[in-house]
Amino acid sequence: MYRYDEFDREFVDARVAQFSDQVRRRLSGELTEDQFKPLRLMNGLYLQLHAYMLRVAIPYGTLNSRQMRKLAEIARKYDRGYGHFTTRQNVQFNWPRLDETPAILNELAEVEMHAIQTSGNCIRNVTADHFAGAAADEIADPRVYAEILRQWSSLHPEFSFLPRKFKIAITGAPHDRAAVQVHDIGLQLVRNEAGETGFTVFVGGGLGRTPMIGRKVRDFLPEADLLAYSEAILRVYNLYGRRDNKYKARIKILVHETGIEELKADIEREFEAIRHGILTLPKEEVDRIEAYFAAPEFAAPGDEALFDAALETVPGFANFAARNLNAHRQAGYVSVTISLKPIGGAPGDATAEQMEVVADLAARYGHDEIRVSHEQNLVLPHVRKADVPAIYKVLAENGLAEANAGLVTDIIACPGMDYCALATARSIPVAQRISERFGASERQQQIGDLKIKISGCINACGHHHVGHIGILGVEKKGKEYYQITLGGSADESSSIGEIIGPGFSYEEVVDAVENLVDTYVNIRDGEGETFLETYRRVGETPFKEALYGTQ
Amino acid sequence: MADTIYRNGAFEADSWLKVADDEALPAEGQVLLSLERFLSIADENAEGLRVGVVLKAGERAQALEGRLEAVALIAIEFPKFSDGRGYSSARLLREKHGYQGELRAIGDVLLDQIPFMIRCGIDSFEVVNEPTRRALVEGHSVEVPVYLQPVGRADEVPLGTRPWARRHVAAQRVGQQAD
Repeated sequence: MYRYDEFDREFVDARVAQFSDQVRRRLSGELTEDQFKPLRLMNGLYLQLHAYMLRVAIPYGTLNSRQMRKLAEIARKYDRGYGHFTTRQNVQFNWPRLDETPAILNELAEVEMHAIQTSGNCIRNVTADHFAGAAADEIADPRVYAEILRQWSSLHPEFSFLPRKFKIAITGAPHDRAAVQVHDIGLQLVRNEAGETGFTVFVGGGLGRTPMIGRKVRDFLPEADLLAYSEAILRVYNLYGRRDNKYKARIKILVHETGIEELKADIEREFEAIRHGILTLPKEEVDRIEAYFAAPEFAAPGDEALFDAALETVPGFANFAARNLNAHRQAGYVSVTISLKPIGGAPGDATAEQMEVVADLAARYGHDEIRVSHEQNLVLPHVRKADVPAIYKVLAENGLAEANAGLVTDIIACPGMDYCALATARSIPVAQRISERFGASERQQQIGDLKIKISGCINACGHHHVGHIGILGVEKKGKEYYQITLGGSADESSSIGEIIGPGFSYEEVVDAVENLVDTYVNIRDGEGETFLETYRRVGETPFKEALYGTQ
Repeated sequence: MADTIYRNGAFEADSWLKVADDEALPAEGQVLLSLERFLSIADENAEGLRVGVVLKAGERAQALEGRLEAVALIAIEFPKFSDGRGYSSARLLREKHGYQGELRAIGDVLLDQIPFMIRCGIDSFEVVNEPTRRALVEGHSVEVPVYLQPVGRADEVPLGTRPWARRHVAAQRVGQQAD
């Protein structure tokens, strides 16, 4: 993985000093809260319902055991013993004190971590496929480019006060595990006929109040032009994006209102003026950064008889192996998903002890690498298949062995009213109740692939628009209501879910979801047809009838 | 507040006369005009005058193309410190249109934004915010002195092998950089 050189260290240290000074000036009153707010947000510090929240960057979701142990230490020392992994591959601490944040940042800097641009109207943490460098279907490693973009976007003098936040995601495989089409810029690594690496570029995707799928602006952008083209997009957005209404300020609205052809022409004009200039990526530099992400020295495959035996003898292991392993490019290796969705738990939460357990496992069995997925789980990307039973045993002892990756209980949920100042409804308790309803392992397996995503307000941090079943909590006359959407998806065949009908109360919503799932199971074309496939085949009618009767 | 302009490391009085669109031009001196007014008069009508132009947020730098030789100052407006359009305008003027004259930030100019403004090519600042003025006078710098983007500034040099990593040629304080 990427390692800081002297320059990177100086950069992060100086940033900590700068932020510490900003905190000092806020506490002394030199900065008003209005003036301080964008500054603290640019360093991931939110003021939430009960306390400050610090969002720490985990660039493209990659970290090592030392960094994970540091997160555990911070959770214990400055928080209430846990952290929350987010849909943008970051981690949040919910209870830090303002005056302690400089100390936290200093501790993070010790392990080459920071909170730069995890919030605010700037370019956010660049996300990537959580199986990067491991997946069997990968064309090129997206982390190389995510790291280059991370660097280029850090404290960018021109783009630190954009109309609104700006999110970039990169996938290195044809199967999109990074939801690139619902990002402000989505990059899909491709190779052209000459075998050169480049990107298919999407612009203007996003969720929130006005969900939109990104529009393709380039089939093939050469690797060398990545920064120049990104700068051109950002410049057009910074100059012309709306600033009169924060709900219409994302680039997706600019795309929508300007029209994609005109906007594309603006971007290309800006790009022509700066391409072949100082932003051109030299091949040697890309290669040098790529070397940081070189595959570890894989060991010889172990005794896979151990694995096969565990399938027969260890309770729950067969289910775990069926759901939580992903094909690896190296023979004898797999990637292991560690679910942070225990039945009845808060999605994405991990205790300090659990973080340490994962760190130990990564150090012992996983070439010291850990990933955070945008589905709020953890991943050990490089593990020998033969070691999986031993890993499973440790996970099971620590409440981390739920065999539900991609299943109905692998729910994405925003923090909702339990923490968030913006939320209008609870989301975590809804996730917990759904999880309990479908908790029986056999039932989940039988239902198969199904993504439920829950947001506690219209800002859609829980990505409900792209859930196969999406749930949006809203407030109506002092009561929580939950609107259900069906048919959303965030992969290479992205789609925005459609509202199925009137919402349900907090009490009713779990029954409604169960009703939908039962309906699917009854009408699917065999067990091989997933919920999404069934929905796309039959449309909303049977589901509507199941929920609201025939009218 | 007498000296509101921060330039070359010190505060000075504003020597530019703001002339409203419906006011007559004086015969001589330094006048600051709106973009619209400036574009409506021919260069010869401004003879004897040094002309500056206010570029409001939302106005395009491109509108000055071809007329930049006649302009001695461009004042880029930041209506709110969180409105970042001026950063792009500044870079476009410097890097695309080759503007060599004084580039001034006016409006809601605060301490934490000044380092970004400098990197975008702005070299003078109208500052009324008291804490910002105090910090500038005291030389209280809050800048991260190493950069991760190449911008078109002659006083920044690449660092190591990454062409996008930069450092200022001389580690100078905010506002004390040579033109």
